[in-house]
Amino acid sequence: MTSPIANWSPENQERANKILATYPEKRSAIMPLLYLASLEHNHASNEAMCQVAELIGITPSQVRSVSTFYTMFKQEPVGKYLVSVCTSISCHLLGGNEVFDSVSDAAGVGHNQTTEDGQISVEHVECIGACGGAPAVQVNYELIEGVTPDKARALVEWLTQTTPAVVLADEMQQLFGGQRSFDWGPAEHAGAIAPVPAFGPYGSAGGDQ
Amino acid sequence: MTTQILTARMEAHPSDSHTIERYLDTGGYATLKKTVASSKREDIVEQVKASNIRGRGGAGFPMGMKWGFLAASDPKYLVVNADESEPGTFKDRQLLERDPHQLIEGIAIASFALGVNRAFVYIRGEYSKPARRLQRAVEEAHEAGYLGENIAGSGFSLDVTVHLGAGAYICGEETALLNSIEGRRGEPRLKPPFPAVEGLYARPTIVNNVESLSNVPWIVANGGEAYAAIGPERSAGTRMFSLSGHVKKPGNYEIVMGMSWRDLIYGIGGGIRDDNELKTWIPGGASSPWLIPEHLDTAITIDGVVEFGTMLGSGAVVVMDETTDVVAAAHSIVRFFAHESCGQCTPCREGTKWLQDILERIMAGNGRPEDVDLLLDVSDNISPGLVWPPAMTTICPLGPSATAPIISITKYFLDEVNAAIEGRQAAVV
Ligand SMILES: Cc1cc2nc3c(=O)[nH]c(=O)nc-3n(C[C@H](O)[C@H](O)[C@H](O)COP(=O)(O)O)c2cc1C
Ligand code: SF4
Ligand code: FES
Repeated sequence: MTSPIANWSPENQERANKILATYPEKRSAIMPLLYLASLEHNHASNEAMCQVAELIGITPSQVRSVSTFYTMFKQEPVGKYLVSVCTSISCHLLGGNEVFDSVSDAAGVGHNQTTEDGQISVEHVECIGACGGAPAVQVNYELIEGVTPDKARALVEWLTQTTPAVVLADEMQQLFGGQRSFDWGPAEHAGAIAPVPAFGPYGSAGGDQ
Repeated sequence: MTTQILTARMEAHPSDSHTIERYLDTGGYATLKKTVASSKREDIVEQVKASNIRGRGGAGFPMGMKWGFLAASDPKYLVVNADESEPGTFKDRQLLERDPHQLIEGIAIASFALGVNRAFVYIRGEYSKPARRLQRAVEEAHEAGYLGENIAGSGFSLDVTVHLGAGAYICGEETALLNSIEGRRGEPRLKPPFPAVEGLYARPTIVNNVESLSNVPWIVANGGEAYAAIGPERSAGTRMFSLSGHVKKPGNYEIVMGMSWRDLIYGIGGGIRDDNELKTWIPGGASSPWLIPEHLDTAITIDGVVEFGTMLGSGAVVVMDETTDVVAAAHSIVRFFAHESCGQCTPCREGTKWLQDILERIMAGNGRPEDVDLLLDVSDNISPGLVWPPAMTTICPLGPSATAPIISITKYFLDEVNAAIEGRQAAVV
């Protein structure tokens, strides 16, 4: 019997095994494994869900029922860069809707849509905990605060033109951000390599760290 | 006024307050070492009880009392709530990014006191950077012997697992959070049983907020009484407030409760942008009913604001100036709750959608004369009597929270709502 994840990268296979060994009950590994599977498949695809189900020993429909509950497990393919614009109350008060319109216009696609070349997906999201630096935007869950409609447009153009392999919050903040919720402290050199949160150690996702 | 418990280190050492070197250098982990070497578990629980600290996650439940409820049978778990998703709230993110070891020391001392050997930190998935910082800190603490087997030679062992959520506000509700860690849909459980008796994997479990636990090292180092002496009687200690919206100086501020709203908004917050007039503010996150300028000179205390039909909730203060369209602001909040409803309870699932639809048609200029009554009717269906704290007919308080903006705009801005319904006024924001 070959492993259900024999076609994953060796690194992600190792992470998956580590995750499975982490929890008192195997089922707790569903969410981290769904992130890893999304990294391998771009989104929580059917195949991804079947693989996770087999690893844990439950049915694919049980995995689907969990996967569809959470907005960060994408049921459809997403672009290389997922641009999430907050339109909750604090951002709403300071122009979050205009920032969203600007992102959407620059990318040429609306909420939950992806550009034809597969580069950019756009979504408006609820509060991302950056309300003191409203309006806030994330690219692959890396944060930029104090974004204006103009800067938002420039951000989308920059992503399209420079296609960075790793998106870094500090770099984007410097280029396209303004007011922050608080001082972030020293620059960080880890960032996201895909539209999955860059949190490596327990293998939830990739990232440069 | 200037008492700082949580933010002293990050303010004094902005470039490296998150590292273990700086933490140790500023006295960090000394309390843990002393505690595991020579304290009795019950004594630590007593100190936390004596401190009178109330949970900072929203409900304000006394922390020591909760710890006292933990059932005795092993294994037990400690679960740290770092799901921070209440619109307006960003304080836990700062504590996670800028002083993760303070939290870890709090987790370790709490675990020792509770007889827990396994803790989980549930961080919302969008917080990738805070999760990285915390994970790094956990590894540093492990290497230095403050986590893992036989901590500081005491025989006490503790493992901490950082677990990422995946975009669901409802997972901040403690029982939904436990379901989520178990690999299930994040749906709140009916209580009782309470987590302290039957929580994670049906084992006794304590769930505490990031800020609550970050206070524990100070409380144990300085004694519960010293903590209780800070601030007004039933609102002991300092508290992180997240200030946002139309203030000149948004940010997180650690203040001693009892200060007036005026001092917070005009003093610390620097006043209103462009020196505009203050119209209203949300005192405790999107779930809380709003306050208006006549409340400016009242004191900020957990129980005091109840008199005005609201709550301090998560400590998120969202300020709105005179240019704010309150119908659009209420809509943003109602839409949030409609989006985040887990769908288990009909009044919440259907009611929040209704409220959203009604507000949307008003904003589109298609308001109907009966819409105010309808908004209140639907709200009353979700939360009978529209009292605060709400009467609960739903499994969790999310449904009732969606009525907070409706209560607020109909109570304080009825003319404006009616004007919007009659199409007399275009949207401002
Ligand atoms: C809908 C909902 C969302 C919540 N979100 C959070 C949250 O993000 N963080 C948090 O600490 N508590 C949140 N809570 C409160 C928790 O249920 C729980 O009371 C808290 O984590 C207990 O910790 P504490 O006693 O230290 O405050 C939420 C409650 C509800 C009903
Ligand atoms: S009140 Fe709403 S969010 Fe809470 S359990 Fe019921 S349906 Fe779910
Ligand atoms: S409201 Fe936009 S980040 Fe909180």
